Amino acid sequence: MKKIGVLIEMENGGIKTANFGMITLAAKGNATLYALVMDDIGDNCAAALAQYGITTIVDLGLPPDPALCHNPDIRSRAAVAAVKELGLDGVFGLSTAEGRDLLPRVAALLDAPLVMDCVDVDLESNTGKTSQYSGKVMATIQLTGDIAVFGIRPNAVAAENAPVEAQSLSMNTGADLSSPLALVSRDAGQNDTAAASLAEADIIIAGGRGMKNGENFSLLFECAEKMGAAVGASRVAVDEGWVPYALQVGQTGEKVSPSVYMACGISGSIQHFAGMKTAKMIIAVNTDENAAMIANSDYYVLGDLFEILPELIKQL
Amino acid sequence: MQIYVCVKHVPDSAANIHILDRDRIDENVAFLLNPYDEHAVAEAAALKKAFDGSEIIAVTLGKKDAEKTLRSAMAMGADRGILVETRESCDSMVTARALAAAIQKDGRADMILTGKESIDAEGMQTLFRIGALMDLPVLTNAVNLEMGEGTARVVCELSGGMTRTFDTPLPCVIGAGRGLNTPAYPTFPDVVKARKKPVDVIALEDLGIDTPPGSARITGLEPLVRERTPEAITGTPAEQAARIIDILKNEAKVVS
Repeated sequence: MKKIGVLIEMENGGIKTANFGMITLAAKGNATLYALVMDDIGDNCAAALAQYGITTIVDLGLPPDPALCHNPDIRSRAAVAAVKELGLDGVFGLSTAEGRDLLPRVAALLDAPLVMDCVDVDLESNTGKTSQYSGKVMATIQLTGDIAVFGIRPNAVAAENAPVEAQSLSMNTGADLSSPLALVSRDAGQNDTAAASLAEADIIIAGGRGMKNGENFSLLFECAEKMGAAVGASRVAVDEGWVPYALQVGQTGEKVSPSVYMACGISGSIQHFAGMKTAKMIIAVNTDENAAMIANSDYYVLGDLFEILPELIKQL
Repeated sequence: MQIYVCVKHVPDSAANIHILDRDRIDENVAFLLNPYDEHAVAEAAALKKAFDGSEIIAVTLGKKDAEKTLRSAMAMGADRGILVETRESCDSMVTARALAAAIQKDGRADMILTGKESIDAEGMQTLFRIGALMDLPVLTNAVNLEMGEGTARVVCELSGGMTRTFDTPLPCVIGAGRGLNTPAYPTFPDVVKARKKPVDVIALEDLGIDTPPGSARITGLEPLVRERTPEAITGTPAEQAARIIDILKNEAKVVS
């Protein structure tokens, strides 16, 4: 049986929901699962991990000083120490913004192969499936070597309950870690929760050229708040300065896999599809019946978003 | 400053990708300098302006044709280029070894710049491997860079406008994000000048790199298409909105 370490990502003091789908994916490989925990988790969080099949919860023992424990270089060194000490055969982590700055560090320090942004993993053959070429191709990539590292796209796999008894293990990997990098500050940006959760959102409502200006995006934000959705944007909306770059979905923006992607006034360039074509359902609102977004949607409204959005806000 | 910029020759993101033999793509499409690497070259050019006597060297691993991407980088400000030539595509473990070896053979880097990822393989890892091989600190998705005395202050973007600011000693490896700068399109004289700049071609075999302890190999490629059958939502805006809410609640089950 393979021993797999799952790097747990936290959010506002709790476990990010996307972790559970990742654990389910790892459990499908008939492996012994270790949760590698770098932050303070309470008993409730530990119990939640066991619900999905984690048998050992490993506290890596990072120093409490935020300048140290939030430094991705130190985090990766602690994870690598744990992987070696536990003799793990593989490491899973989320391909979130945090994960993109952590998993490649872990793989590089281990000198182990890595596939990022997997939508599926087969542990028996050590293969991962990930999209390439702006979302035009699905690649199956096989890793060889003693340790394989897989980055998992958030929401790609649905979480399934598989409760087990979990034991706790405390390690002291972080005691004498140092880094040439000094973390000077962390800035939450505009502290916009709709933006912060774009990559992991279950519903995304996005606007493009059809929004006409930045002020009109308030319609999307209002709608998003009522739906519990995150707001996204096309490159045009970002380049025009209507919304910050952080909201951009696409080739050079965020790549997302929500349950529902509602595209308002987005024609649907290849580069935009590169970031959202794996959405489970696409709803298009567009005045142009020839828009690629309509042709590639599950449902579409051929109409004016300035009529539909206020109605949605009213009825939600 | 001696600035090395690692660049990649990639298919244009607008190109139609055809798959051959189920494990490779038809390379008979337009290739260009990886867009994120453009930001890295532009940043190097800005550093050269600020630090007199700096030299910018663009480095790539690729087939013969990748020289075009070196020329693009040189039109944007690189002084010369190094092409590590290979006949086969390489995984990031080999690529990082080749790029690190080519840089170490050429000179002493004060800084290594590259894009935060390539738009073809989207592996997001080669820069970290270069850092680990050369024992240099690595920062990715940089959106601001300020130089100090032998140090740099780098602002890196996470999602949602969240940023982290780091101080790093030099030399270091920095992965450029889109917010770092706005690359200027080269002028025609820049393009002409770039044709005359020197390019060193080294065969991958001649770099004498060791065999990595692992590998990542593509065992299958398939077109990523999700067949969707678009269904129109008709009626008045009020009826259409009601139907959307019904779909969200009862079919997608994402709204309660």
